[in-house]
Amino acid sequence: MTTLPDVSTDAIASARWRPGEIAFWIVVVACGFLFPSRYLIMTDIVRLALFALSLDLILGYAGIVSLGHAAFFGVGAYSAGLLALHGIINEPVVALVVAGFAAMVLGFFTSFLVIRGVDLTRLMVTLGIALLLEALAERFSNITGGTDGLQGIEMQPILGRFAFDIFGKTGFFYSLIVLFLLFLLARRIVHSPFGLSLRAIRNNPLRAAAIGIPVNRRLIAIYTVSAFYAGVAGALFTQTTALASLDVFSFERSADLMLMLVIGGTGYLYGGLIGAVVFKMLQELFSTITPQYWLFWIGLVLVVIVLIGRARIHRWALWLPNLVIRQFAGRRAVVVVPESDPS
Amino acid sequence: MTTLFTILFDGVAYGMLLFVLACGLAVTLGLMNFVNLAHGAFAMAGGYICAVLVNNSGWPFFAALPLAFVVSAAIGVVLERALYRHLYARSHLDQVLFSIGLVFMSVAAVDYIMGSSRVFIKLPAALEGQFDVFGVGIGRYRLMIIVICGLLTVALQLILARTRFGSRLRAAVDDPRAAIGLGINVPQVFAITFAFGCGLAGLGGALSAEILGLDPYFPLKFMIYFLIVVTVGGSSSITGPFLASLLLGIGDVAGKYYVPKMGPFVIYTIMIVILIWRPNGLFGRTAAR
Repeated sequence: MTTLPDVSTDAIASARWRPGEIAFWIVVVACGFLFPSRYLIMTDIVRLALFALSLDLILGYAGIVSLGHAAFFGVGAYSAGLLALHGIINEPVVALVVAGFAAMVLGFFTSFLVIRGVDLTRLMVTLGIALLLEALAERFSNITGGTDGLQGIEMQPILGRFAFDIFGKTGFFYSLIVLFLLFLLARRIVHSPFGLSLRAIRNNPLRAAAIGIPVNRRLIAIYTVSAFYAGVAGALFTQTTALASLDVFSFERSADLMLMLVIGGTGYLYGGLIGAVVFKMLQELFSTITPQYWLFWIGLVLVVIVLIGRARIHRWALWLPNLVIRQFAGRRAVVVVPESDPS
Repeated sequence: MTTLFTILFDGVAYGMLLFVLACGLAVTLGLMNFVNLAHGAFAMAGGYICAVLVNNSGWPFFAALPLAFVVSAAIGVVLERALYRHLYARSHLDQVLFSIGLVFMSVAAVDYIMGSSRVFIKLPAALEGQFDVFGVGIGRYRLMIIVICGLLTVALQLILARTRFGSRLRAAVDDPRAAIGLGINVPQVFAITFAFGCGLAGLGGALSAEILGLDPYFPLKFMIYFLIVVTVGGSSSITGPFLASLLLGIGDVAGKYYVPKMGPFVIYTIMIVILIWRPNGLFGRTAAR
């Protein structure tokens, strides 16, 4: 029988920074200096990574399947856009946080709808909320700009110092810093007792309730946090592209997000990050081969991944890095292995 | 008053159409517990087959309808045997991802083959226009839809309630293990039902080209409607989805007529409220599986 101190030392040990993780972030920052001509696409990847991280928090750690995560992304995007457009908050960082909070409020209130019912009801309710917001944004086109989107957004320099440049350098490092800070927070959350209790809920809600975990309250909390992350991702989208249009709410956005997370692997924080990189590269590759029909190949990738089995693909993908790391750091330092999904 | 009846009539026709489109999904999603978001793709297949036959090959409309059914059902049975059956035991997440993948593929493939613009099916002259009954305008085409879909509904109900296959299906759904123990070939029953549902979707797709519009994005645009029919209607009987489709059809037509600015807002709100109030659907069973 595992006693309590064992659990805590175990948790602390697994929360320690591994060489692989440090190497990952060094590579990411190095990319920023090595490819100065590709800032725009790299910024896109960073935004997507943050968005995927947000979905991973609820899907990978708490087991909530959502088809409408774009709702929070969209709210964040429009909030940031409106704040900048009307000059309410000119400082991008403050606007970013405020936009995140706007999405967070929505997340808090909709979480009560989402925690009710089983998978299918959750799918429907999340999808319905995203569609509802899309319909609302279309309806109140005097505020949102309708199908044309918000136009003429001008961003002020970050912290009054770093102006957004046309090459996207500032935008990239700004997004990267935001991603890193929120990643640190997420890392802290999932390794805390709170995070462990979420995993218990994901694996078996009934049993988690039986050992005294307040299941609903925990789910509401993580859903709200995840909404904040998605809102910040949306706000970054608006701030770095100076654009917010109706498609921030679209179903395709939520579906792409799922694909990213599935490519990278759910239930470990780097899944969303790696998934975003691979997804964007695939998208670029497919759209150079067949500009109009890349959707087909994306669909094919999804079908193949599911048919082969997600866990198996990740075992194959992690074989090489694991081998390298074992050579250098001995048997004990193994890269993070994605946890298998509950079925 | 007459506008009210016209709305009611159009709503019923729309609802009946939705029922035929979605009742296959009621079986896969409600009874077999498989989240198949790609159901609309089968409907689209039926619609395009009918369009090609009528417009390019000059088939009469009524001869093309059964073929739309048969071909969609054939596609359904092939996909079920080749792909779907491996995923019955998987998690809902896997099923969602897989079927979204199929939707994306079907959208891009149809876009590639048929072009991205909306397709119209040439209707026989007898189906065009409308006639008045006590001042209420009755569209001929919509009347035909009501007749066809009404007959189909009655036939489905009879098959489910009266035939040997119907009782096998109900047994397989109620308790697959016990049904296998009694010698019922459950996978076969499910495969036939799946194919039949796809065929109905194809027929519905062919019929709906005139009313809902047929373009490559059909499966994405109407996915939510099919899901609403099934989740709101529940899956215990065929009556639940039927009533839900009528409700949805009338609600949507009335909403678009009276509050056109709200768009689909009304429908989504109603759906969310109903799902919060009764997570298993209005007419669903209480036990969640």
